[in-house]
Amino acid sequence: MSGNRVAVVGAGMTKFVRRAQETAKELAWEAAHLALESCELTLDDVDGVVIGTAPDAFDSVHMKSEYLSDGCGAWGKPVMRGYVGGGTGVFSVLQGWYHVASGLFDTVLVVCEEKMSSCQPHPQGAFLTIFDHTTERPLWPNLLWIFALEMNAYMSRYGLDKRDIALVSVKNKRNAADHPAALLGDPNITVEDVLNSEVLAWPVQRLDVSPVTDGAVALVMCAEHVARRVTDKPVWIEGVGWSLDTAYWTNRDLSYPVYVEEAARMAYKMAGITEPRKQIHIVEPYDPFDYKELHHLEGLMLFDKGKAPEATAAGVTQRDGDLPVCPSGGLLGVGNPIAAAGLMKVAEIFWQLRGEAGARQVPGQPKRGLAQAWGDLMQVGTVVVMGV
Amino acid sequence: MREHVYDTVYLRSKDFEEGRVLFETWDPNARYAWDAGVAIGRYLQELKAGRLIGRSCPECRRVMIPPRMFCEQCFCATDRWVPLQDTGTVITYSLCYVTWDMIRLEKPQIPAVIAIDGASPGMGIMHLLGEVEPEAVKIGMRVQAVWKPAEERIGAITDIAYFKPLE
Repeated sequence: MSGNRVAVVGAGMTKFVRRAQETAKELAWEAAHLALESCELTLDDVDGVVIGTAPDAFDSVHMKSEYLSDGCGAWGKPVMRGYVGGGTGVFSVLQGWYHVASGLFDTVLVVCEEKMSSCQPHPQGAFLTIFDHTTERPLWPNLLWIFALEMNAYMSRYGLDKRDIALVSVKNKRNAADHPAALLGDPNITVEDVLNSEVLAWPVQRLDVSPVTDGAVALVMCAEHVARRVTDKPVWIEGVGWSLDTAYWTNRDLSYPVYVEEAARMAYKMAGITEPRKQIHIVEPYDPFDYKELHHLEGLMLFDKGKAPEATAAGVTQRDGDLPVCPSGGLLGVGNPIAAAGLMKVAEIFWQLRGEAGARQVPGQPKRGLAQAWGDLMQVGTVVVMGV
Repeated sequence: MREHVYDTVYLRSKDFEEGRVLFETWDPNARYAWDAGVAIGRYLQELKAGRLIGRSCPECRRVMIPPRMFCEQCFCATDRWVPLQDTGTVITYSLCYVTWDMIRLEKPQIPAVIAIDGASPGMGIMHLLGEVEPEAVKIGMRVQAVWKPAEERIGAITDIAYFKPLE
């Protein structure tokens, strides 16, 4: 482990909803306020603030983190925003980590917020600008294209069937039925429901995709001497990693996320993990699409390439399986307010490792968990390993 | 953890229809003119002439498309223009039944990544497939560019109307 020890000591979140009455700022406050309250700290105890929020284009507010800052508890404090698209939620935790690990700050408030519903008629309009303006945008690409292209490359490389992949959506939406903040929890959903849902961009169907969502999540991170004072159940950050692949995405092998592997190797090294399949007990990989959970589990080296679907079918990734994956319900079930969704995963690991996940609690008192997010033009992996 | 979840207010369509909530709208009118740049400028000129071109790196020897003036891996200047064929292989594809704003399409658009002949293995570009039934599209299928007539070409990626199966 590099630097000083850093713990997560508190977490709070809004409900994840399709369209919130609250403004972005109000959502940020709801989550930040609850996170501080959860560990009985006040803004006076906070030395610095990390704000995570994804495209400014969702809100059409330039430099959105400055707009959000009041709701994030940032008044009169050092503030930083890091932005790596969908990878932002976990990246914000990495920033919080180095603020404290470096010795610069004792206590940091990390707030991630996304309000996608403002963008009309559909937030896909904001996503269009991700494509190269000269060589790709004149073709009027649809964001679903790149996921469908990647999913098809993955399926074809390993000879996978849609049914193998739909199981992920079923698992996560069922898990989410036990999450009090979830938008799309459904205890009764079946594989047939997923396979019969509307085809959007084959192989992607409606229930393969996470929904447009509004929401916010916040964490309190602090140095060991503060953590020991604040709680008897600190959750330690054991390793962090992140990596970015080339933006020339049509030149890459889309069947394997090598950048996730690079991020995982960095985090495992820092955490002293040599056998991730034995040493990690619970995982929250990024699952905006069902195939992405499988793709990421393989990138994290928790399953062999092309083998995550088989493990899913065998029940290994169920909440009571050998390696619970997305016990929260993930983006597919809880919802996908981009940056906040990544931080929700870190909050889930925090609650699970403290034994506070209620109906979602995985059996066996897990000691070490991993959260991972992914984003930009299918090119960034962000990883955090946490333990008790 | 229920106590750590805020009771956020969930709006429904009828809240708007019945005027129970207020909102403000805005229609941005930002306009841009992007310079194509050195590498893509030449790429567009070649497209106008009905040709595809790549650029090669003196260190790793990759022949790259889209062309670039530097190699992002070796981080050195690329040094040679390489004429490529207008044929290639479908690496992956989708059958897309919705537009970007989620309007349903009768006939799907078929976006694909196509590895271009003459470039290094796996060097693809994104484009559309045409003159093919959706169910006939396969990964590994050989395709060829269908160019717009010379007088309609303007120096844009759309100078290729689409790629069609190669007999």
